[in-house]
Amino acid sequence: MEIAKAIVLAGCAIGAGLALIAGIGPGIGEGYAVGKACEAIGRQPECKGSVTSTMILGCAIAETTGIYGFVTGLLLILLAPNLFLGRL
Amino acid sequence: MDNISITGAKILFEIPVFGGIPITETQVNSWIVMAILTLLCIFLTRNLSVKPTTKRQIVAEWIVEKVTGLVKANMSEKFSHYTPFIAAILGLSAMSSLLSLLGMYPPTADLNTVAGWAILVFVLITYYKIKTSGFLGYLKGYTQPIPVLTPFNILSEFSTPISMAFRHFGNVVSGVVISTMLYAALASFSVVLFGWLPGIFGQLAEWFPILQIGIPAVFSIYFDIFSSCMQAFIFSMLTMLYVSGAAESD
Repeated sequence: MEIAKAIVLAGCAIGAGLALIAGIGPGIGEGYAVGKACEAIGRQPECKGSVTSTMILGCAIAETTGIYGFVTGLLLILLAPNLFLGRL
Repeated sequence: MDNISITGAKILFEIPVFGGIPITETQVNSWIVMAILTLLCIFLTRNLSVKPTTKRQIVAEWIVEKVTGLVKANMSEKFSHYTPFIAAILGLSAMSSLLSLLGMYPPTADLNTVAGWAILVFVLITYYKIKTSGFLGYLKGYTQPIPVLTPFNILSEFSTPISMAFRHFGNVVSGVVISTMLYAALASFSVVLFGWLPGIFGQLAEWFPILQIGIPAVFSIYFDIFSSCMQAFIFSMLTMLYVSGAAESD
């Protein structure tokens, strides 16, 4: 029984860690978007305002997958151990 | 490390009807936010005159002008009656998230709050889709471009409110989690740093973690102020884009 509990807890912790790998994608994507926005502003400084607001919106949408990973990790840490240990 | 805990909203009291309706911290704090916003509106719009004479009126006019400009830039002209709705979402979201600056539980860190807003937006999107293309046209839109894609179309339709809710919730909650962990880390770090001091000073480090002064404020600038205003802006921006997109779709 003890070993089953240990396996459940370890699985939850490892899963939460793995879920946060999802942070890599948004990092790369947002970096790319910001780099392109900087290029655009450098080329046409007069549309700084619209480029910036579009970039922020795009970054927020790119961030969604990372947020999903974070929420999954949070659920695994806070909710899943009680859920699975209750079933044992 | 026993003194930190990351929990959801605490239940403050229960209304004893229908077997007890729990009133959580989320609801009470949302009432506080609503009261603050209402008082702010009353305060800003008192004694208006045609020519602005007070600073109050200039601030009020600036806010109205900015939101009207935002709505006009992102939705078409016929949606200008949406300005109060967008302003309400902006104000509620920003003020709710900014509550964490005062150490209170921000209502937007509860999925129920943002899910409610997202469902409202989803209802609006569906309303405008049905209004522009009729009910049959709305149903037919799911089978475009080929009928095989119908399940994916339904999935993408319902993923809109889910992603909106989770984006806002995740951003606010990540700030809450990180600042909780930061406070705990600073508390134990100040015990390590000053706990060896003899006598009263060592005791003092445990009761009163001195490193908690000032340092969290630097992180608060990003996680509370910047992130809150950003998420409020993004949520209202997406609302505008989705609603106007639904009205314009073929």
